[in-house]
Amino acid sequence: MPVLVAATFGVLGGLGVFTFGYGEGYAYLGNDPQSCANCHVMQESYDSWVKSSHHAVAVCNDCHTPHDSYAAKYLTKADNGFFHSLAFTTGNFKDPIQIKQRNSKVVQASCLHCHQDLVNHMLPLHEGDDMLSCVHCHASVGHSQSIAPRRYEGY
Amino acid sequence: MPKNAMQSTPDKQSGKATVLLLAFLVAAIGTALVAWVLITMFTHKQEARVPYVQVVELNEISVDPEPWGLNWPHHFDGWKATAGDKFYGGSSAMPQSKLEKQPWLKRLYAGYAFSIDYRQARGHAYMLYDQGVTERVTKKPQAGACLHCHGSTTVLYRKVGLEALGEDSSDEALAADFNMEAVQKGFEEVSTKTYEEVLAMLKQAPDGTPDENEPVFPPAPVGGFEGEFAGQPVPEDHPMVGEAHPVTCIDCHNPKTMAIRVTRPGFVNGIRALAEGEAPAPHLPSIAKWRNGDRNEPYDPNAHASRQEMRSFVCAQCHVEYYCANKKTLTFPWKNGLRMEDEERTWEETTFPDGSDFVDYIHGETGAVTYKVQHPEFELWSQGIHARSGVSCADCHMPYQRVGAAKLSSHNVQSPLKTINSSCQNCHHQSETELVDRIETIQSRNQALLERAGEAMTEMIDAILEAKAAGADDEALKDVFVLQRKAMWRLDYISSENSRGFHADQEAARILGESIDYSRQAQVAALRLRAPEAPSTADLPIEEVQGVTTPQEE
Repeated sequence: MPVLVAATFGVLGGLGVFTFGYGEGYAYLGNDPQSCANCHVMQESYDSWVKSSHHAVAVCNDCHTPHDSYAAKYLTKADNGFFHSLAFTTGNFKDPIQIKQRNSKVVQASCLHCHQDLVNHMLPLHEGDDMLSCVHCHASVGHSQSIAPRRYEGY
Repeated sequence: MPKNAMQSTPDKQSGKATVLLLAFLVAAIGTALVAWVLITMFTHKQEARVPYVQVVELNEISVDPEPWGLNWPHHFDGWKATAGDKFYGGSSAMPQSKLEKQPWLKRLYAGYAFSIDYRQARGHAYMLYDQGVTERVTKKPQAGACLHCHGSTTVLYRKVGLEALGEDSSDEALAADFNMEAVQKGFEEVSTKTYEEVLAMLKQAPDGTPDENEPVFPPAPVGGFEGEFAGQPVPEDHPMVGEAHPVTCIDCHNPKTMAIRVTRPGFVNGIRALAEGEAPAPHLPSIAKWRNGDRNEPYDPNAHASRQEMRSFVCAQCHVEYYCANKKTLTFPWKNGLRMEDEERTWEETTFPDGSDFVDYIHGETGAVTYKVQHPEFELWSQGIHARSGVSCADCHMPYQRVGAAKLSSHNVQSPLKTINSSCQNCHHQSETELVDRIETIQSRNQALLERAGEAMTEMIDAILEAKAAGADDEALKDVFVLQRKAMWRLDYISSENSRGFHADQEAARILGESIDYSRQAQVAALRLRAPEAPSTADLPIEEVQGVTTPQEE
């Protein structure tokens, strides 16, 4: 019995490693935008990012993962990675894709990470007040395909 | 102690076995899930690599869509899905009569077959069936021209055309190439025959699958629900035996290249007339380009139009205003332009081949000469913001969808309200609820104005009838009849157009406003004819200009 269980876990482990490799899962640990386009849904976003104004200064991770700490960055990667794979495997997602509230916050924080000095006077006076999200007006700075919530709540 | 030890051993063993069994189950389920992810990934990669596998050769005789479905199963499934009961405004059951919902339609169409039976439109799958059973066709004689759009007529037209031109019309010749000249000739030959005759010809025309006579969608009972063979078995040698298809793949696609194309002579003639005319068509750049060119060749949409324009033109082969009876061939009135009054002017200038003035029907209650508007979706879209922004019919009604890794146009042509995400949100980055709100605002305003126009039209007819009862003859009512026709044309234009004003909301409101104005003008004129002369108003006192209004004294 223990041998059988060990063998079964061996199969799981082997298949898991193979699938991870086949799906180029390791690529997601890095910063290369090309790996985001592994999933076909991101192809349009990738293509338009190549042409976008931010192409020279920011990759996917610069806007879509937090800048606070590596822990926060990889937590976001894990969270998005899991839900993206789930959505794409089941086929249950919006097309064109729509950003979730949580990720929208990450994007807003990323805008400010670089541009805060420039827009300080436009930020809400009190913590927690809402404001228009930057990408509501600057929709195509990163990539043209974006359906983002209009307001960013709880700055 | 030994007793206790002896007792605990089997417990320990069964506990161990449970843990092992659980571990086994977890590993098995885990492996199954990973395998599923692996297989999905593999499938998606395959789909990305091979967009389709061609297993059947198609040619210019492949009217039957089933072989196409073997090559392009997703597109075929989408086309078949138009038979679903989710279609906006329609369903798998015969939809509600519009005449009951909007009783003023009966007054509008008095004297015309539309006052007998007029229902909400259903999906493309039903176009041939619904035409076969509507009482407009079963109770009143109709022209074969009706099948120009409701049936897949390209091969039939070509066959009849080749015969008339004295050329080879064998199946091999038909399969070999698409000959627009023969299509035109066949169209002219067929248009003035009766509906029944053309339907029988259509069923017997080759469709590429001679051994199979079961259409994808069940056909209407022969002769509708009434007539010679209603409810009876049809004799073997009866010409109605055979297979007819509603609009299928070959009507919009080149079977060799899959490129979209137009095949309907009505459209080809209409768009050529538009190009050769003066009317501005800024939303159709290929027409401006052709006009600026040497004009050696007549404007040909299949040669000159851009791909994006074609994504509207294939729809405009049918979703337009046209004359469709047997006094002349099917005609799209575009020579003066695509606006409502351009089309009205075209009909005013038109005469039948026998020299008489153009007319769709004589109004059954008043006797006025009237024009029937069909469903000018293409024309109204042409006046709207979406056309000006380069958005085609297919962009909203056949949005891109993802099947695995493949991207294709949905062939389940339906209301974009069913697919807000893929139809609207590519451009409009607002939430779905906000977009639905906007659409409903436009459509409910249009509906409210439409009902007002219907009411004005009804009161106009009543007033004209009263004038007639009071002794006014046709000569006295001459000008009133012109006003009536103008009012009805405008009301019908928006009422028959299948977007509830959405395709160009401001234009729709303008047209309905004019309809109301003409109805009321006609009503007042008719009232004057029967009422006594009004007394003079010259002696009525007119208040002088006061400056600031002073408060009335107690």
